[in-house]
Formats: sequence, C-alpha cells, structure tokens
Amino acid sequence: MLARRIIPCLDVKDGRVVKGVNFVGLRDAGDPIACAKRYSDEGADEITFLDISASVEGRSTLLQVVEATASEVHVPLTVGGGVRAVADVRTLLLHGADKVSMNTAALQNPALIADAAGRFGSQAIVVAIDAKRVSGPGEEARWEVFTHGGRQGTGMDALTWAGRVCELGCGEILLTSMDRDGTGLGYDLELTRRVAELASVPVIASGGVGGPEHLLAGFVEGFADAVLAATIFHDGLHKVADVKAFLHAQGVHVRLVEPQ
Amino acid sequence: MSAAPRTALVDLGLGNLHSVARSLGAAGADVVHLAEPAALKGFDRIVVPGQGAFRDGAAALEAGWRAPLLEALHGSTPLLGICIGMQLLFAESEEAPEARGLGFMPGRVRRFPRDLGRDPKTGAPLKVPHMGWNQLRTASSLLGEGAYYYFVHSYFCDLEAAPGSDAPGDTVTDSTRHPACAAVAHHGMAFCAALAQGPLLAVQFHPEKSHQAGARLLRRFLLAEAEAV
Repeated sequence: MLARRIIPCLDVKDGRVVKGVNFVGLRDAGDPIACAKRYSDEGADEITFLDISASVEGRSTLLQVVEATASEVHVPLTVGGGVRAVADVRTLLLHGADKVSMNTAALQNPALIADAAGRFGSQAIVVAIDAKRVSGPGEEARWEVFTHGGRQGTGMDALTWAGRVCELGCGEILLTSMDRDGTGLGYDLELTRRVAELASVPVIASGGVGGPEHLLAGFVEGFADAVLAATIFHDGLHKVADVKAFLHAQGVHVRLVEPQ
Repeated sequence: MSAAPRTALVDLGLGNLHSVARSLGAAGADVVHLAEPAALKGFDRIVVPGQGAFRDGAAALEAGWRAPLLEALHGSTPLLGICIGMQLLFAESEEAPEARGLGFMPGRVRRFPRDLGRDPKTGAPLKVPHMGWNQLRTASSLLGEGAYYYFVHSYFCDLEAAPGSDAPGDTVTDSTRHPACAAVAHHGMAFCAALAQGPLLAVQFHPEKSHQAGARLLRRFLLAEAEAV
C-alpha cells in the first residue's frame, strides 16, 4: 500500500535557503544541499525547492544547487519557481530535478502543461495552484486562482483549473491556500478535500502548517496524497521522523525511517 | 568479485541518467555510460534505466538497441531494468499501442484502472500516477520483504495477460502468481513490482530515488553471482 508522503519545502534565493533553517549540528544551515540531505536522512519522502531568485544569476546558481543535490540526495526532488517554457523544464530535468513545478506560466499558456507532459512524461510535471477563498459568508465556497506569488487574481475558479490541468496531462497538483499560507492555522481542508476528490492525479496540500496535527488533518480530512510544510521543519522543533511517528500512531500509513 | 564490476549504463535517450549513474557508482560499480548499442559487450553488469514514455523507449529499440539487448537478455550477464526499462521487456503497452517492445517477457503493459478505490486508513481516493513510496511483498532477499521503494508510473507489467482480457480485479491476480514475478505491491490492486528470471532483474520502482533501500538493492545486485540475482 502506498505510504502518504511528507515533503519539506525549501525556499531558495540565489542558491541559498532563506527563511532560516535551524538544524542543531548543521554547520551551514543556509546550504540547500546540506538541508536536503538532512531532511532525506530523517525520512522526508521527497524534497521541494522553490526558487525565489529574481535575477538571471540567481537562477543559474540554482541549477548548480539542483545538480549537487541530485548527486547527493537520493530521494525525488521537485523544483519550481520561474518556469516559463518547455526549455526551462528541460534544463531543470537535465540538472537532476525529478519533477518541475509550474504556476503562472501554466495559467498564461495552458498548452505548456500538455507540451511539457508530452515531452518529458506526466510524472515530471507538477502544476502549482495558489488559491484564495473569494466567497462571502453564507455563500457556497469558492476559490480563485492567484498568480505571481499570490499577488494577481486571475478570475479562474480553482476547482475548474484543477480539473483542467489534469486533462492537460500534469502528474501532480501542489495546492496552496493563500489564506492560510504563513498563518500556522493549518491547511484549508475544505479546499484540499474538494480538489483531492476532483483531481485524477495526486494532490499535495500546502499552506498554513503550524504543527504535526495539521499534517494529520491534511490526510484524514483533506484527503491529500502528500503534505508539504516549511516552517515547522525549518524551525527545528519538529523532526520529520518525529512527525512520521506521530502520524503512524494516528493510523496514517507512512514510511518509517529505517535505523541508520 | 574483487574489482568494481564494470557496469554498462544503457542510455536509451529517455532523460537524465545522472542519478542512476551516481547511485550505481556509490554502490560500488564502475559505471560506463553507453550510448552506442554495438558497444554492449563484455560487461559484468548491465543496467537499463528509463523514465517517461514507452513510445520513446521503443523508438530507441528501433534505433539499434533491440538486437544487442535481446542478445544480452539471452546471455548470462546480470541485467537490471528500471521502470520503462522493465516495461520494454514486454511486446506492447496500452500507453502506445503501435510501439513495439522487446517481447522478451510474456504479457503486456497495462494502465491502472480509473477507479482504484480509497486509502483504507485516510479515506482519500487512490490516484494515478501511482506516485510515492510503496512496500514490497517478496521472497527475494535481494529486494527485501517489506522494503519501501519509490514508484512513479501509470502503467504496470501484466505478466501473461492476453490482449483483450478482463481488467485486473482488486485481488491478487494470476499475473502476480507468475513464476517470474519476484515482488508484489498494492495500489488498489496487486501488481507485479519486480520480476526476476535467470540473470534478469527488473523493477517498476526507482532504486536511485529510494534512499537507503535503493542503495542496498543496488549493492546486492552488484555483488550477486551471475544466475543468482
């Protein structure tokens, strides 16, 4: 039986991890390769890098980081941020990314999803959906897709878009609640569940995790296939292995780390 | 074997072989990246990795790999097929009905059914691609009973299934009882996760992405005596 996946996410800018990672005993906590290695050794099922570099130099630095990480870390690596074209996907895959995540460009040009999936296989293509609840109190719940890091509304309904990207051939959806992101209040479980029920492909829940109980809720109430979190792992309070032991004790099927 | 086994890494042009090469190297192989089919001779081990589409793998067979790979499969050199490298052992796949695989194993490659049911513990619907870490049921000490490996695929190898036969059910199918089926995994249904026959070992999962379990499998493959994988 397939284990539910736990995915730490690292924001990388100009080749360095930002939003501080506090690992005890890690000499350079800003080094994405060291962080990825640490997480995978603790039992992370995959690693996600989100590149937030604004410059061309920053992006080329990222490629070196991806290459070095893929060499040393033998769990799947997803890379997203700034992917505009099939050529960007190809470059990242050639440097060792297993999956490439796209967001704004996919909305502006949905054919990009089909082109990239046709060329590299659905398994390599993740569509990131940033959704914000736009329904008023008492109305039926409705979420709009936002792009450009959550700054621009698109008018596109998030559930409609989720169905569309599956038809276009993406292999996975990374679903982030803009309302919950950074709050520590837990995932938008209604959004997650609606998308997980509708999408034919796996759905990764993201945005709002403040503790292990939110990951549990993402699985049992949100029906997520995988859960992504950043802060709770980076702040050093929660180790991936401890979180997995908690989920296991709660009856969720996870891959427990083998003794080293 | 005292020296590092000379290992041919067969490049079918299906993408980046970097991580497979690094994992094999770390496991003790002397890896030779092979893009030229005629050079597939005199190796201690052969590895046929692959990700992506059956159609592209079949195109590489047409472009020159078919004969040397079939010759290798009929020989005694231990050969490891990974993902598409496993699926290409079969004659055909539902993914690309016009494409022709090696036809070395009986059966065909089929897509997971649309409705696979739900995860019994969380209630979440099961999805395709089958993506993530799954646990093997196996008698093979090389693969390791209960070990978790990383899978990502929408199609699986259905040993001996005749074209047009019924869709696989929710129980252990005849396919997984085939003598060549070395490991079974479950994703709404039982499917063959690895097959072994003589010096051939083929796995649907990715050892190079499977952390310690994958590293251990590669080490054992490199150490195993020929005829005993």
